[in-house]
Amino acid sequence: MAKKKKRKTPNLNSSSMADVSFLLLTFFLMTSSMDTDSGLARRLPPPPQSEEQLQKMDVQRRNLMVVLVNYQNQIMVRTQAGDEWYNNIAEMEGKGGKVRLKDKVKEFVLNPNNRPDLPELIEEDFGPPIGKVLVTSDHVISLQNDATTSYKAYIAVQNELVKAYNELRDEAAKKYFGRSYKELLPDQQELINKVYPQRISEAEPKDYKQQGGGK
Amino acid sequence: MGKFNKSADTRSVPELNTASMPDLVFAILFFFMVTVSMRSETLIVKYTLPTASEVQKLEKKSLVTYINIGIPLDPRLGTGTRMQLNDKLAEVSDIQDYIAQEKSRLNEADQQFMTVSIKADENTRMKYISDVKQALRKAYALKISYSARKGEN
Repeated sequence: MAKKKKRKTPNLNSSSMADVSFLLLTFFLMTSSMDTDSGLARRLPPPPQSEEQLQKMDVQRRNLMVVLVNYQNQIMVRTQAGDEWYNNIAEMEGKGGKVRLKDKVKEFVLNPNNRPDLPELIEEDFGPPIGKVLVTSDHVISLQNDATTSYKAYIAVQNELVKAYNELRDEAAKKYFGRSYKELLPDQQELINKVYPQRISEAEPKDYKQQGGGK
Repeated sequence: MGKFNKSADTRSVPELNTASMPDLVFAILFFFMVTVSMRSETLIVKYTLPTASEVQKLEKKSLVTYINIGIPLDPRLGTGTRMQLNDKLAEVSDIQDYIAQEKSRLNEADQQFMTVSIKADENTRMKYISDVKQALRKAYALKISYSARKGEN
């Protein structure tokens, strides 16, 4: 009896329990924030007030670039300077030897040689670090699609357009601030955005009924 | 003197009892586990997001409303493209009510910053997306984001 009393069960050493649970905690903290949503941000135009307003949108021919993605995911680019035709997405991204859509867009937005068939250059004053610059502030890129265009192709084209703008902004940031666009302060980024505003218009598809004919 | 010494020996600083530490940490852990999964809805449509290289992160999660477009997981619901709003399948005509309802949950100052994230399958036909876009325009939800995975292309 006396012997049994002495043999106590030893305590479980739980000093490492805290470490284990801290480990779990940090694991959850780090993994939970990982699935943040990302995407291409766009701003839609407000709804038309009347039917007449739908038609009213005057853009000078030279200021307009039409990018049409058709039902076979082929892409046509029309400017006054000439047309370009891409048979598929890979070709649009410069894999088929043709001029990449991105470079076409950059040339269109910049109009470096002041060609009369590319957007009009207007002198604008952007304040101290940039000063007066010639920009094509009236250019519009109109992105059109058919009813059966695949979303994948549409996003690929959108991405290509955004990429062109991002590269222009990056170049401008290096030129005026000596740093890449990502390293700039928010108000500096805003200034650059004013020099190269994203002017992409997403038109409604022309006519669904024509699609049914299979033409 | 001997007595004094003896008392100094026994009166050592007691160790801090850390036995309750794991319980505390576990409480925090459970708190995080519960709150993090709180706003994720169960998907009833499946989609593969398209890839894009120029994606931006959506900043304030509380201001983002999701529209999921894809093929229903349950084959009994058909194999066509459907849209999921708030845990159930919906039609394009339901978007306006849904946006109005989501908008009313935000406070007035934040309503103009509401972003609608369109999560659509990459094989969706653009007609469907265009219809959704038109409905969003009518509902004055003008800030949208085409959700995409970050990738090289």
